Amino acid sequence: MTGGNADTTPQTAPRIRTAGVDGMLVSFGDSLSEPANRAALAFRAEIERQGWDGVEESTTSLVSAYLRFDPLHLGHAELKAKLDTLLSDRDWYEAPLPSGRRLWRIPAVFGTDLGPQLDQAAEAAGLTAEQAIKDFTQTRVRVQTIGFAPGQPYLGELPQAWNIPRQSTLTSRIPEGALAVAIRQLVLFSVATPTGWQHIGQTAMRLFQPEADEPFLLRPGDEVEFTRTDAETLSNMRNDPHGGAERSDLP
Amino acid sequence: MTDTLTIHRAGPGLTLQDMGRPGYLALGLSRGGAADRLALAEGAALLGQPADLTAIEMTGTGGEFEASRDTRIALTGAPVAAAIDGTRIAWNASHTLPAQARLTIGSASEGVYGYLHVGGGVRPPERLGAHSAHLAAGIGGLLEAGDRIDLGPDDRTATGLTLPKDSRFAGGTIRILPSIHTDAFPQELCTRFEDTAFTRDTRGNRMGVQLKWDGDGFLPEIGRKIVSEVIMPGDIQIIGDGTPYVLLSECQTTGGYPRIATVLPCDLPRIAQAPAGAPLRFRFVTLEEAVDAERKAAQSIADLPKRRQPLIRDPATIPNLLSYQLISGMTAGRELDPEGA
Repeated sequence: MTGGNADTTPQTAPRIRTAGVDGMLVSFGDSLSEPANRAALAFRAEIERQGWDGVEESTTSLVSAYLRFDPLHLGHAELKAKLDTLLSDRDWYEAPLPSGRRLWRIPAVFGTDLGPQLDQAAEAAGLTAEQAIKDFTQTRVRVQTIGFAPGQPYLGELPQAWNIPRQSTLTSRIPEGALAVAIRQLVLFSVATPTGWQHIGQTAMRLFQPEADEPFLLRPGDEVEFTRTDAETLSNMRNDPHGGAERSDLP
Repeated sequence: MTDTLTIHRAGPGLTLQDMGRPGYLALGLSRGGAADRLALAEGAALLGQPADLTAIEMTGTGGEFEASRDTRIALTGAPVAAAIDGTRIAWNASHTLPAQARLTIGSASEGVYGYLHVGGGVRPPERLGAHSAHLAAGIGGLLEAGDRIDLGPDDRTATGLTLPKDSRFAGGTIRILPSIHTDAFPQELCTRFEDTAFTRDTRGNRMGVQLKWDGDGFLPEIGRKIVSEVIMPGDIQIIGDGTPYVLLSECQTTGGYPRIATVLPCDLPRIAQAPAGAPLRFRFVTLEEAVDAERKAAQSIADLPKRRQPLIRDPATIPNLLSYQLISGMTAGRELDPEGA
Protein backbone atom coordinates (compact mmCIF):
# COMPACT_ATOMS: atom_id res chain seq x y z
CA MET A 1 0.00 0.00 0.00
CA THR A 2 1.25 3.43 -0.84
CA GLY A 3 -0.04 6.28 1.21
CA GLY A 4 -0.54 9.85 0.26
CA ASN A 5 -0.78 12.85 2.41
CA ALA A 6 -4.42 13.73 2.91
CA ASP A 7 -3.65 17.32 3.78
CA THR A 8 -2.02 18.09 0.46
CA THR A 9 -3.70 15.67 -1.93
CA PRO A 10 -5.84 17.64 -4.34
CA GLN A 11 -9.34 16.32 -4.77
CA THR A 12 -9.66 15.04 -8.30
CA ALA A 13 -12.79 14.47 -10.31
CA PRO A 14 -13.89 10.82 -10.25
CA ARG A 15 -12.48 8.79 -13.13
CA ILE A 16 -14.06 5.71 -14.75
CA ARG A 17 -11.75 3.16 -16.34
CA THR A 18 -12.31 -0.29 -17.75
CA ALA A 19 -10.40 -2.95 -15.82
CA GLY A 20 -10.13 -5.86 -18.19
CA VAL A 21 -13.08 -6.88 -20.37
CA ASP A 22 -15.37 -7.53 -17.40
CA GLY A 23 -14.49 -4.82 -14.89
CA MET A 24 -14.93 -1.10 -14.32
CA LEU A 25 -13.04 0.95 -11.79
CA VAL A 26 -14.37 4.25 -10.48
CA SER A 27 -11.47 6.09 -8.83
CA PHE A 28 -11.93 9.08 -6.53
CA GLY A 29 -8.22 9.88 -6.25
CA ASP A 30 -4.76 8.80 -7.34
CA SER A 31 -3.35 8.51 -3.86
CA LEU A 32 -4.87 7.73 -0.51
CA SER A 33 -6.97 10.51 0.94
CA GLU A 34 -9.73 10.49 3.51
CA PRO A 35 -12.36 12.06 1.19
CA ALA A 36 -11.53 9.65 -1.66
CA ASN A 37 -11.94 6.66 0.65
CA ARG A 38 -15.28 7.94 1.98
CA ALA A 39 -16.47 8.54 -1.58
CA ALA A 40 -15.45 5.04 -2.69
CA LEU A 41 -17.28 3.41 0.25
CA ALA A 42 -20.42 5.48 -0.29
CA PHE A 43 -20.44 4.95 -4.06
CA ARG A 44 -19.99 1.18 -3.80
CA ALA A 45 -22.81 0.98 -1.23
CA GLU A 46 -25.07 2.71 -3.75
CA ILE A 47 -23.94 0.31 -6.53
CA GLU A 48 -24.92 -2.60 -4.28
CA ARG A 49 -28.25 -0.93 -3.49
CA GLN A 50 -29.00 -0.35 -7.19
CA GLY A 51 -28.49 -4.04 -7.98
CA TRP A 52 -28.08 -3.48 -11.74
CA ASP A 53 -28.71 -6.48 -13.91
CA GLY A 54 -25.40 -7.81 -15.24
CA VAL A 55 -23.26 -6.56 -12.34
CA GLU A 56 -21.85 -9.63 -10.64
CA GLU A 57 -19.70 -8.35 -7.82
CA SER A 58 -18.36 -5.10 -6.39
CA THR A 59 -15.73 -4.01 -3.95
CA THR A 60 -13.71 -1.01 -2.83
CA SER A 61 -10.01 -0.32 -2.62
CA LEU A 62 -8.56 2.62 -0.69
CA VAL A 63 -9.74 5.15 -3.28
CA SER A 64 -11.90 3.29 -5.83
CA ALA A 65 -15.06 1.31 -6.29
CA TYR A 66 -14.79 -1.71 -8.59
CA LEU A 67 -17.53 -3.63 -10.41
CA ARG A 68 -17.23 -6.97 -12.14
CA PHE A 69 -19.93 -7.44 -14.75
CA ASP A 70 -20.95 -9.65 -17.65
CA PRO A 71 -20.02 -7.68 -20.80
CA LEU A 72 -22.18 -9.99 -22.94
CA HIS A 73 -25.21 -9.00 -20.89
CA LEU A 74 -24.42 -5.40 -20.00
CA GLY A 75 -22.49 -3.41 -22.60
CA HIS A 76 -19.56 -1.19 -21.69
CA ALA A 77 -21.24 1.95 -23.03
CA GLU A 78 -24.44 1.22 -21.13
CA LEU A 79 -22.65 0.55 -17.84
CA LYS A 80 -20.44 3.63 -18.26
CA ALA A 81 -23.53 5.77 -18.84
CA LYS A 82 -25.15 4.37 -15.70
CA LEU A 83 -22.01 5.10 -13.69
CA ASP A 84 -21.75 8.62 -15.13
CA THR A 85 -25.34 9.31 -14.16
CA LEU A 86 -24.79 8.00 -10.65
CA LEU A 87 -21.57 9.99 -10.26
CA SER A 88 -23.28 13.25 -11.21
CA ASP A 89 -26.22 12.45 -8.93
CA ARG A 90 -24.43 13.90 -5.89
CA ASP A 91 -21.08 15.01 -4.48
CA TRP A 92 -19.68 11.64 -3.44
CA TYR A 93 -16.80 13.24 -1.52
CA GLU A 94 -19.42 14.76 0.78
CA ALA A 95 -21.68 11.71 0.84
CA PRO A 96 -22.46 10.14 4.22
CA LEU A 97 -20.80 6.82 4.91
CA PRO A 98 -22.97 3.76 4.25
CA SER A 99 -25.30 2.48 6.96
CA GLY A 100 -24.87 -0.86 8.71
CA ARG A 101 -21.40 0.00 9.95
CA ARG A 102 -20.20 -1.08 13.37
CA LEU A 103 -17.86 0.32 16.00
CA TRP A 104 -15.32 -2.13 17.43
CA ARG A 105 -13.41 -1.54 20.68
CA ILE A 106 -10.43 -3.84 20.40
CA PRO A 107 -8.11 -4.55 23.35
CA ALA A 108 -4.42 -4.48 22.42
CA VAL A 109 -1.08 -4.75 24.16
CA PHE A 110 1.28 -2.01 22.99
CA GLY A 111 5.05 -2.45 23.11
CA THR A 112 6.82 -5.20 25.10
CA ASP A 113 7.75 -8.33 23.19
CA LEU A 114 4.19 -8.31 21.80
CA GLY A 115 4.90 -5.05 19.98
CA PRO A 116 8.68 -4.95 19.68
CA GLN A 117 8.90 -2.01 17.28
CA LEU A 118 6.83 0.47 19.31
CA ASP A 119 9.84 2.54 20.40
CA GLN A 120 11.35 2.68 16.95
CA ALA A 121 8.03 3.58 15.30
CA ALA A 122 7.38 6.30 17.91
CA GLU A 123 10.83 7.73 17.30
CA ALA A 124 10.20 7.80 13.55
CA ALA A 125 7.04 9.79 14.28
CA GLY A 126 8.94 12.13 16.62
CA LEU A 127 7.01 10.97 19.68
CA THR A 128 7.65 9.14 22.93
CA ALA A 129 6.26 5.62 23.31
CA GLU A 130 3.58 6.93 25.70
CA GLN A 131 2.55 9.65 23.23
CA ALA A 132 2.40 7.04 20.48
CA ILE A 133 0.11 4.78 22.52
CA LYS A 134 -2.08 7.81 23.20
CA ASP A 135 -2.43 8.35 19.43
CA PHE A 136 -3.24 4.70 18.81
CA THR A 137 -5.88 4.57 21.57
CA GLN A 138 -7.43 8.00 21.09
CA THR A 139 -7.78 8.08 17.32
CA ARG A 140 -10.92 6.42 16.05
CA VAL A 141 -9.87 4.79 12.79
CA ARG A 142 -11.98 3.37 9.98
CA VAL A 143 -11.60 0.18 7.96
CA GLN A 144 -10.56 1.97 4.77
CA THR A 145 -10.27 -1.26 2.86
CA ILE A 146 -9.79 -4.98 3.38
CA GLY A 147 -7.15 -6.71 1.38
CA PHE A 148 -3.85 -8.56 1.12
CA ALA A 149 -5.39 -11.49 2.99
CA PRO A 150 -9.04 -12.37 3.76
CA GLY A 151 -10.47 -10.13 6.48
CA GLN A 152 -7.34 -7.98 6.88
CA PRO A 153 -8.17 -4.29 7.41
CA TYR A 154 -6.21 -1.18 6.58
CA LEU A 155 -7.25 1.32 9.26
CA GLY A 156 -6.93 5.07 8.99
CA GLU A 157 -6.16 7.58 9.26
CA LEU A 158 -3.72 8.46 12.03
CA PRO A 159 -2.44 11.99 12.76
CA GLN A 160 0.03 13.47 10.29
CA ALA A 161 3.04 12.56 12.49
CA TRP A 162 2.41 8.93 11.51
CA ASN A 163 3.20 9.47 7.86
CA ILE A 164 6.26 7.27 8.38
CA PRO A 165 7.56 4.90 5.70
CA ARG A 166 7.43 1.17 5.79
CA GLN A 167 10.75 -0.51 6.55
CA SER A 168 12.92 -1.32 3.59
CA THR A 169 13.81 -4.69 5.11
CA LEU A 170 10.97 -7.05 5.93
CA THR A 171 10.19 -8.39 9.38
CA SER A 172 10.36 -12.10 8.65
CA ARG A 173 7.16 -12.99 10.48
CA ILE A 174 4.46 -10.93 12.14
CA PRO A 175 1.84 -13.01 13.97
CA GLU A 176 -1.92 -13.21 13.39
CA GLY A 177 -3.67 -10.43 15.31
CA ALA A 178 -0.58 -8.21 15.29
CA LEU A 179 -0.98 -4.46 14.99
CA ALA A 180 1.47 -2.57 12.79
CA VAL A 181 1.85 1.02 11.62
CA ALA A 182 3.10 3.05 8.64
CA ILE A 183 1.89 5.80 6.26
CA ARG A 184 -0.84 7.03 8.67
CA GLN A 185 -2.47 3.60 8.72
CA LEU A 186 -2.69 0.70 11.10
CA VAL A 187 -2.86 -2.84 9.79
CA LEU A 188 -4.37 -5.60 11.88
CA PHE A 189 -2.94 -8.82 10.47
CA SER A 190 -5.33 -11.67 9.70
CA VAL A 191 -2.51 -14.11 8.91
CA ALA A 192 1.08 -14.58 10.02
CA THR A 193 3.24 -13.13 7.24
CA PRO A 194 6.45 -11.25 6.46
CA THR A 195 5.86 -7.49 6.46
CA GLY A 196 7.49 -4.10 6.12
CA TRP A 197 4.99 -2.51 8.54
CA GLN A 198 6.30 -1.69 12.03
CA HIS A 199 5.01 -4.09 14.68
CA ILE A 200 3.73 -2.01 17.59
CA GLY A 201 1.15 -4.20 19.33
CA GLN A 202 -0.87 -7.37 19.56
CA THR A 203 -4.59 -8.16 19.71
CA ALA A 204 -6.48 -11.43 20.21
CA MET A 205 -8.53 -10.86 17.02
CA ARG A 206 -8.88 -13.70 14.56
CA LEU A 207 -10.21 -11.77 11.63
CA PHE A 208 -10.91 -14.63 9.21
CA GLN A 209 -12.10 -18.04 10.34
CA PRO A 210 -13.62 -19.92 7.40
CA GLU A 211 -15.19 -22.56 9.67
CA ALA A 212 -16.84 -20.08 12.06
CA ASP A 213 -20.46 -18.92 12.01
CA GLU A 214 -19.11 -15.46 11.38
CA PRO A 215 -16.10 -16.03 9.08
CA PHE A 216 -15.20 -12.34 8.71
CA LEU A 217 -15.25 -9.96 11.68
CA LEU A 218 -14.58 -6.55 10.15
CA ARG A 219 -16.25 -4.95 7.14
CA PRO A 220 -15.13 -1.98 5.05
CA GLY A 221 -16.41 1.21 6.70
CA ASP A 222 -16.46 -0.21 10.25
CA GLU A 223 -14.77 1.98 12.84
CA VAL A 224 -12.23 0.85 15.40
CA GLU A 225 -10.93 2.13 18.72
CA PHE A 226 -8.06 0.33 20.40
CA THR A 227 -8.01 0.01 24.19
CA ARG A 228 -4.88 -0.70 26.16
CA THR A 229 -4.62 -4.00 27.99
CA ASP A 230 -1.90 -6.23 29.42
CA ALA A 231 -0.47 -9.53 28.23
CA GLU A 232 -2.28 -11.69 30.78
CA THR A 233 -5.69 -10.19 30.03
CA LEU A 234 -5.03 -10.53 26.30
CA SER A 235 -4.09 -14.15 26.74
CA ASN A 236 -7.46 -14.80 28.42
CA MET A 237 -9.25 -13.18 25.47
CA ARG A 238 -7.83 -15.60 22.93
CA ASN A 239 -10.72 -18.02 23.31
CA ASP A 240 -13.32 -15.32 22.77
CA PRO A 241 -14.74 -15.43 19.21
CA HIS A 242 -14.23 -11.66 18.97
CA GLY A 243 -10.85 -11.64 20.70
CA GLY A 244 -12.27 -9.63 23.60
CA ALA A 245 -13.49 -6.88 21.29
CA GLU A 246 -16.82 -5.14 21.92
CA ARG A 247 -19.01 -4.40 18.95
CA SER A 248 -21.83 -1.89 18.64
CA ASP A 249 -23.83 -0.60 15.70
CA LEU A 250 -23.03 2.86 14.42
CA PRO A 251 -25.96 5.18 13.74
CA MET B 1 -26.30 -44.14 3.33
CA THR B 2 -24.58 -41.66 1.08
CA ASP B 3 -22.38 -43.04 -1.66
CA THR B 4 -18.81 -41.89 -1.57
CA LEU B 5 -15.66 -41.57 -3.61
CA THR B 6 -12.61 -42.84 -1.74
CA ILE B 7 -9.13 -41.56 -2.50
CA HIS B 8 -6.58 -44.36 -2.08
CA ARG B 9 -3.63 -42.44 -3.41
CA ALA B 10 -3.35 -38.70 -4.06
CA GLY B 11 -0.89 -36.65 -6.07
CA PRO B 12 0.57 -33.60 -4.33
CA GLY B 13 -1.92 -31.08 -5.69
CA LEU B 14 -5.43 -32.53 -5.53
CA THR B 15 -8.23 -30.16 -4.54
CA LEU B 16 -11.98 -29.93 -4.88
CA GLN B 17 -12.94 -27.17 -7.30
CA ASP B 18 -16.03 -25.51 -8.68
CA MET B 19 -16.80 -22.10 -10.20
CA GLY B 20 -15.62 -20.42 -6.98
CA ARG B 21 -17.32 -18.13 -4.49
CA PRO B 22 -18.11 -14.65 -5.82
CA GLY B 23 -19.25 -11.95 -3.42
CA TYR B 24 -16.38 -11.79 -0.92
CA LEU B 25 -14.01 -9.48 -2.80
CA ALA B 26 -14.73 -6.59 -0.45
CA LEU B 27 -13.75 -8.79 2.48
CA GLY B 28 -10.43 -9.68 0.89
CA LEU B 29 -11.33 -13.11 -0.46
CA SER B 30 -10.88 -13.72 -4.19
CA ARG B 31 -13.37 -15.83 -6.09
CA GLY B 32 -11.04 -18.80 -6.49
CA GLY B 33 -12.47 -21.92 -8.14
CA ALA B 34 -11.05 -24.13 -10.86
CA ALA B 35 -7.80 -22.92 -12.43
CA ASP B 36 -9.26 -23.99 -15.80
CA ARG B 37 -12.97 -23.18 -15.81
CA LEU B 38 -13.34 -24.39 -19.39
CA ALA B 39 -12.44 -27.90 -18.21
CA LEU B 40 -15.39 -27.75 -15.79
CA ALA B 41 -17.69 -26.90 -18.70
CA GLU B 42 -16.25 -29.76 -20.77
CA GLY B 43 -16.76 -32.25 -17.93
CA ALA B 44 -20.32 -31.02 -17.50
CA ALA B 45 -21.01 -31.45 -21.23
CA LEU B 46 -19.57 -34.97 -21.22
CA LEU B 47 -21.82 -35.95 -18.32
CA GLY B 48 -24.84 -33.90 -19.43
CA GLN B 49 -25.03 -31.95 -16.17
CA PRO B 50 -24.63 -28.36 -14.94
CA ALA B 51 -21.14 -26.83 -14.98
CA ASP B 52 -21.38 -25.61 -11.38
CA LEU B 53 -20.97 -29.06 -9.85
CA THR B 54 -17.78 -29.82 -7.94
CA ALA B 55 -14.92 -31.81 -9.48
CA ILE B 56 -11.45 -32.91 -8.41
CA GLU B 57 -8.64 -30.76 -9.77
CA MET B 58 -5.31 -32.57 -10.13
CA THR B 59 -2.10 -30.57 -10.42
CA GLY B 60 0.28 -32.55 -12.61
CA THR B 61 -0.41 -35.92 -11.02
CA GLY B 62 -3.67 -37.76 -10.34
CA GLY B 63 -4.11 -40.63 -7.92
CA GLU B 64 -6.17 -43.72 -7.28
CA PHE B 65 -9.91 -43.61 -6.68
CA GLU B 66 -12.79 -45.95 -5.88
CA ALA B 67 -16.52 -45.29 -5.78
CA SER B 68 -19.05 -47.12 -3.61
CA ARG B 69 -21.61 -47.23 -6.44
CA ASP B 70 -21.43 -47.49 -10.23
CA THR B 71 -20.40 -43.95 -11.03
CA ARG B 72 -20.27 -41.95 -14.21
CA ILE B 73 -16.99 -40.13 -14.56
CA ALA B 74 -15.41 -37.74 -17.03
CA LEU B 75 -11.77 -36.79 -17.39
CA THR B 76 -10.86 -33.36 -18.78
CA GLY B 77 -8.14 -30.72 -18.70
CA ALA B 78 -4.48 -31.68 -18.94
CA PRO B 79 -4.30 -35.09 -20.69
CA VAL B 80 -3.21 -37.88 -18.37
CA ALA B 81 -3.01 -41.66 -18.79
CA ALA B 82 -5.87 -43.26 -16.87
CA ALA B 83 -7.16 -46.78 -16.35
CA ILE B 84 -9.99 -48.65 -14.69
CA ASP B 85 -8.77 -51.86 -13.06
CA GLY B 86 -5.72 -51.71 -15.31
CA THR B 87 -7.57 -51.13 -18.57
CA ARG B 88 -6.67 -47.88 -20.27
CA ILE B 89 -9.51 -45.40 -20.70
CA ALA B 90 -9.65 -42.36 -22.94
CA TRP B 91 -9.03 -38.82 -21.71
CA ASN B 92 -11.49 -36.04 -22.54
CA ALA B 93 -14.25 -38.61 -22.35
CA SER B 94 -16.93 -40.01 -20.05
CA HIS B 95 -16.92 -43.55 -18.70
CA THR B 96 -18.64 -45.73 -16.13
CA LEU B 97 -16.53 -46.51 -13.10
CA PRO B 98 -18.05 -49.70 -11.68
CA ALA B 99 -18.55 -49.89 -7.92
CA GLN B 100 -15.37 -50.97 -6.13
CA ALA B 101 -13.27 -50.77 -9.32
CA ARG B 102 -9.99 -48.89 -9.10
CA LEU B 103 -9.53 -45.76 -11.19
CA THR B 104 -5.89 -44.81 -11.58
CA ILE B 105 -4.84 -41.48 -13.02
CA GLY B 106 -1.16 -40.85 -13.80
CA SER B 107 0.86 -37.72 -14.53
CA ALA B 108 0.05 -35.06 -17.11
CA SER B 109 1.90 -35.46 -20.39
CA GLU B 110 1.11 -31.85 -21.30
CA GLY B 111 -0.80 -29.10 -19.57
CA VAL B 112 -0.96 -28.65 -15.79
CA TYR B 113 -4.44 -29.22 -14.35
CA GLY B 114 -6.43 -32.39 -14.99
CA TYR B 115 -10.01 -32.84 -13.77
CA LEU B 116 -11.99 -35.83 -12.55
CA HIS B 117 -15.72 -35.18 -12.75
CA VAL B 118 -18.39 -37.50 -11.41
CA GLY B 119 -22.06 -37.77 -12.30
CA GLY B 120 -23.93 -35.56 -9.82
CA GLY B 121 -20.68 -33.95 -8.70
CA VAL B 122 -18.90 -34.52 -5.44
CA ARG B 123 -20.49 -32.97 -2.38
CA PRO B 124 -18.04 -31.94 0.29
CA PRO B 125 -19.33 -29.67 3.07
CA GLU B 126 -20.15 -26.19 1.82
CA ARG B 127 -18.02 -23.32 3.08
CA LEU B 128 -18.97 -19.71 2.39
CA GLY B 129 -21.43 -20.75 -0.28
CA ALA B 130 -19.17 -23.03 -2.34
CA HIS B 131 -17.39 -26.37 -2.22
CA SER B 132 -14.05 -25.37 -3.66
CA ALA B 133 -10.80 -25.30 -1.75
CA HIS B 134 -9.12 -21.89 -1.62
CA LEU B 135 -5.63 -22.84 -0.50
CA ALA B 136 -4.32 -19.28 -0.23
CA ALA B 137 -7.18 -18.38 2.13
CA GLY B 138 -7.03 -21.62 4.10
CA ILE B 139 -10.49 -22.77 2.98
CA GLY B 140 -10.56 -26.53 2.52
CA GLY B 141 -7.24 -28.07 1.71
CA LEU B 142 -5.35 -30.64 -0.29
CA LEU B 143 -7.00 -34.02 -0.68
CA GLU B 144 -5.10 -36.93 0.82
CA ALA B 145 -5.08 -40.71 0.70
CA GLY B 146 -7.90 -42.01 2.88
CA ASP B 147 -10.25 -39.10 2.20
CA ARG B 148 -13.85 -40.01 1.40
CA ILE B 149 -16.05 -37.50 -0.38
CA ASP B 150 -19.85 -37.73 -0.67
CA LEU B 151 -21.24 -38.18 -4.16
CA GLY B 152 -24.20 -36.11 -5.30
CA PRO B 153 -27.33 -37.84 -6.65
CA ASP B 154 -27.15 -38.77 -10.33
CA ASP B 155 -30.15 -39.98 -12.30
CA ARG B 156 -28.47 -39.97 -15.70
CA THR B 157 -26.81 -43.02 -17.26
CA ALA B 158 -25.15 -41.89 -20.49
CA THR B 159 -21.39 -42.32 -20.79
CA GLY B 160 -19.01 -43.21 -23.61
CA LEU B 161 -18.83 -39.71 -25.06
CA THR B 162 -15.78 -37.74 -26.02
CA LEU B 163 -14.92 -34.17 -27.01
CA PRO B 164 -12.28 -33.13 -29.55
CA LYS B 165 -8.95 -32.35 -27.92
CA ASP B 166 -8.30 -28.67 -27.31
CA SER B 167 -5.01 -26.89 -28.02
CA ARG B 168 -4.67 -25.04 -24.73
CA PHE B 169 -2.15 -27.35 -23.03
CA ALA B 170 1.09 -26.16 -24.62
CA GLY B 171 1.09 -22.36 -24.33
CA GLY B 172 0.51 -20.15 -27.38
CA THR B 173 -0.62 -16.60 -28.07
CA ILE B 174 -2.59 -14.86 -25.35
CA ARG B 175 -4.89 -11.92 -26.01
CA ILE B 176 -4.53 -9.01 -23.61
CA LEU B 177 -6.22 -5.69 -22.91
CA PRO B 178 -4.66 -2.58 -21.42
CA SER B 179 -4.92 -2.68 -17.61
CA ILE B 180 -5.66 0.21 -15.27
CA HIS B 181 -1.93 1.02 -15.21
CA THR B 182 -0.96 0.45 -18.86
CA ASP B 183 -1.04 4.23 -19.49
CA ALA B 184 1.81 4.60 -16.99
CA PHE B 185 4.04 2.27 -19.03
CA PRO B 186 6.11 3.83 -21.84
CA GLN B 187 4.96 2.63 -25.26
CA GLU B 188 8.41 1.08 -25.74
CA LEU B 189 7.82 -1.30 -22.81
CA CYS B 190 4.39 -2.34 -24.11
CA THR B 191 5.78 -2.95 -27.60
CA ARG B 192 8.67 -4.96 -26.23
CA PHE B 193 6.22 -6.95 -24.08
CA GLU B 194 4.27 -7.87 -27.23
CA ASP B 195 7.47 -8.70 -29.11
CA THR B 196 8.97 -10.90 -26.41
CA ALA B 197 8.95 -14.69 -26.64
CA PHE B 198 8.17 -15.72 -23.05
CA THR B 199 8.01 -19.12 -21.51
CA ARG B 200 6.16 -20.10 -18.39
CA ASP B 201 8.56 -20.20 -15.46
CA THR B 202 8.64 -23.15 -13.07
CA ARG B 203 7.36 -20.80 -10.34
CA GLY B 204 3.61 -20.88 -10.38
CA ASN B 205 0.56 -22.14 -8.52
CA ARG B 206 -3.16 -21.46 -8.26
CA MET B 207 -2.40 -17.83 -7.29
CA GLY B 208 -0.47 -17.07 -10.44
CA VAL B 209 2.44 -17.89 -12.71
CA GLN B 210 5.69 -16.13 -13.37
CA LEU B 211 7.02 -15.59 -16.90
CA LYS B 212 10.56 -16.16 -18.11
CA TRP B 213 12.38 -14.46 -20.98
CA ASP B 214 15.78 -13.21 -22.10
CA GLY B 215 16.45 -9.50 -21.82
CA ASP B 216 15.61 -6.48 -19.70
CA GLY B 217 12.77 -6.28 -17.20
CA PHE B 218 9.46 -4.49 -17.66
CA LEU B 219 9.30 -2.24 -14.58
CA PRO B 220 8.11 1.28 -15.49
CA GLU B 221 9.32 4.50 -13.83
CA ILE B 222 6.25 4.67 -11.58
CA GLY B 223 7.64 1.55 -9.93
CA ARG B 224 6.24 1.28 -6.44
CA LYS B 225 4.72 4.73 -6.27
CA ILE B 226 1.23 3.66 -7.26
CA VAL B 227 -1.60 3.33 -4.78
CA SER B 228 -2.76 -0.24 -4.08
CA GLU B 229 -5.71 -1.10 -6.26
CA VAL B 230 -8.19 -3.92 -6.88
CA ILE B 231 -6.55 -6.81 -8.71
CA MET B 232 -8.20 -9.64 -10.62
CA PRO B 233 -7.26 -12.97 -12.20
CA GLY B 234 -5.65 -12.26 -15.57
CA ASP B 235 -3.87 -9.08 -14.47
CA ILE B 236 -0.19 -9.13 -15.42
CA GLN B 237 1.72 -7.35 -12.67
CA ILE B 238 5.36 -6.40 -12.95
CA ILE B 239 7.02 -7.36 -9.69
CA GLY B 240 9.98 -5.52 -8.14
CA ASP B 241 12.71 -7.01 -10.33
CA GLY B 242 10.81 -6.36 -13.56
CA THR B 243 9.38 -9.87 -13.96
CA PRO B 244 5.82 -10.25 -15.28
CA TYR B 245 3.52 -12.36 -13.11
CA VAL B 246 0.06 -13.40 -14.36
CA LEU B 247 -2.58 -13.70 -11.65
CA LEU B 248 -4.82 -16.75 -11.54
CA SER B 249 -7.90 -17.92 -9.68
CA GLU B 250 -6.59 -17.67 -6.09
CA CYS B 251 -4.91 -14.27 -6.41
CA GLN B 252 -4.96 -11.52 -3.79
CA THR B 253 -7.77 -8.98 -3.99
CA THR B 254 -5.57 -5.87 -4.00
CA GLY B 255 -2.10 -5.32 -5.34
CA GLY B 256 0.50 -2.58 -5.27
CA TYR B 257 2.59 -3.56 -8.28
CA PRO B 258 1.98 -1.87 -11.65
CA ARG B 259 0.14 -3.99 -14.23
CA ILE B 260 1.15 -3.86 -17.84
CA ALA B 261 -1.95 -5.59 -19.21
CA THR B 262 -4.72 -8.04 -18.38
CA VAL B 263 -5.48 -11.38 -20.03
CA LEU B 264 -8.91 -12.00 -21.56
CA PRO B 265 -10.87 -14.38 -19.29
CA CYS B 266 -11.38 -16.75 -22.24
CA ASP B 267 -7.59 -17.06 -22.70
CA LEU B 268 -6.85 -17.59 -19.01
CA PRO B 269 -7.18 -21.40 -19.20
CA ARG B 270 -4.34 -21.37 -21.75
CA ILE B 271 -2.10 -19.59 -19.21
CA ALA B 272 -3.14 -21.85 -16.33
CA GLN B 273 -2.54 -24.94 -18.46
CA ALA B 274 0.83 -23.87 -19.91
CA PRO B 275 3.43 -26.20 -18.39
CA ALA B 276 6.82 -24.88 -17.30
CA GLY B 277 8.83 -24.04 -20.41
CA ALA B 278 5.81 -23.68 -22.70
CA PRO B 279 6.06 -20.70 -25.08
CA LEU B 280 3.77 -17.74 -24.40
CA ARG B 281 3.29 -14.59 -26.44
CA PHE B 282 0.98 -11.69 -25.74
CA ARG B 283 -1.02 -9.59 -28.18
CA PHE B 284 -3.03 -6.46 -27.35
CA VAL B 285 -6.58 -6.43 -28.70
CA THR B 286 -9.22 -3.71 -28.60
CA LEU B 287 -12.11 -3.76 -26.17
CA GLU B 288 -14.47 -4.59 -29.06
CA GLU B 289 -12.28 -7.52 -30.10
CA ALA B 290 -12.18 -8.68 -26.48
CA VAL B 291 -15.97 -8.64 -26.12
CA ASP B 292 -16.26 -10.47 -29.43
CA ALA B 293 -13.75 -13.10 -28.25
CA GLU B 294 -15.67 -13.58 -25.01
CA ARG B 295 -18.92 -13.93 -26.94
CA LYS B 296 -17.41 -16.58 -29.21
CA ALA B 297 -15.95 -18.42 -26.20
CA ALA B 298 -19.33 -18.40 -24.45
CA GLN B 299 -20.99 -19.69 -27.62
CA SER B 300 -18.36 -22.40 -27.95
CA ILE B 301 -19.12 -23.54 -24.39
CA ALA B 302 -22.85 -23.51 -25.14
CA ASP B 303 -22.12 -25.65 -28.22
CA LEU B 304 -20.04 -28.26 -26.36
CA PRO B 305 -22.92 -30.77 -26.20
CA LYS B 306 -23.17 -30.65 -30.02
CA ARG B 307 -19.49 -31.48 -30.35
CA ARG B 308 -19.68 -34.68 -28.31
CA GLN B 309 -18.92 -37.86 -30.22
CA PRO B 310 -19.45 -41.47 -29.24
CA LEU B 311 -16.23 -42.86 -27.90
CA ILE B 312 -14.59 -45.35 -30.23
CA ARG B 313 -12.49 -47.64 -28.13
CA ASP B 314 -9.05 -48.68 -29.22
CA PRO B 315 -9.34 -52.44 -29.96
CA ALA B 316 -5.92 -52.94 -28.33
CA THR B 317 -7.43 -51.99 -24.98
CA ILE B 318 -10.34 -54.42 -25.15
CA PRO B 319 -9.27 -57.52 -23.24
CA ASN B 320 -11.90 -59.89 -24.69
CA LEU B 321 -11.69 -58.56 -28.25
CA LEU B 322 -12.14 -61.94 -29.91
CA SER B 323 -15.47 -62.47 -28.24
CA TYR B 324 -16.96 -59.51 -30.10
CA GLN B 325 -18.71 -59.93 -33.45
CA LEU B 326 -16.75 -57.31 -35.30
CA ILE B 327 -17.39 -57.69 -39.00
CA SER B 328 -20.87 -58.85 -39.76
CA GLY B 329 -24.06 -56.87 -39.52
CA MET B 330 -24.80 -53.20 -38.97
CA THR B 331 -24.36 -51.75 -35.53
CA ALA B 332 -25.10 -48.45 -33.93
CA GLY B 333 -21.49 -48.30 -32.90
CA ARG B 334 -22.18 -48.18 -29.20
CA GLU B 335 -22.07 -51.87 -28.33
CA LEU B 336 -18.59 -51.51 -26.97
CA ASP B 337 -19.49 -48.73 -24.61
CA PRO B 338 -19.55 -49.74 -20.99
CA GLU B 339 -23.32 -49.36 -20.91
CA GLY B 340 -23.95 -50.99 -24.29
CA ALA B 341 -26.22 -49.66 -27.00
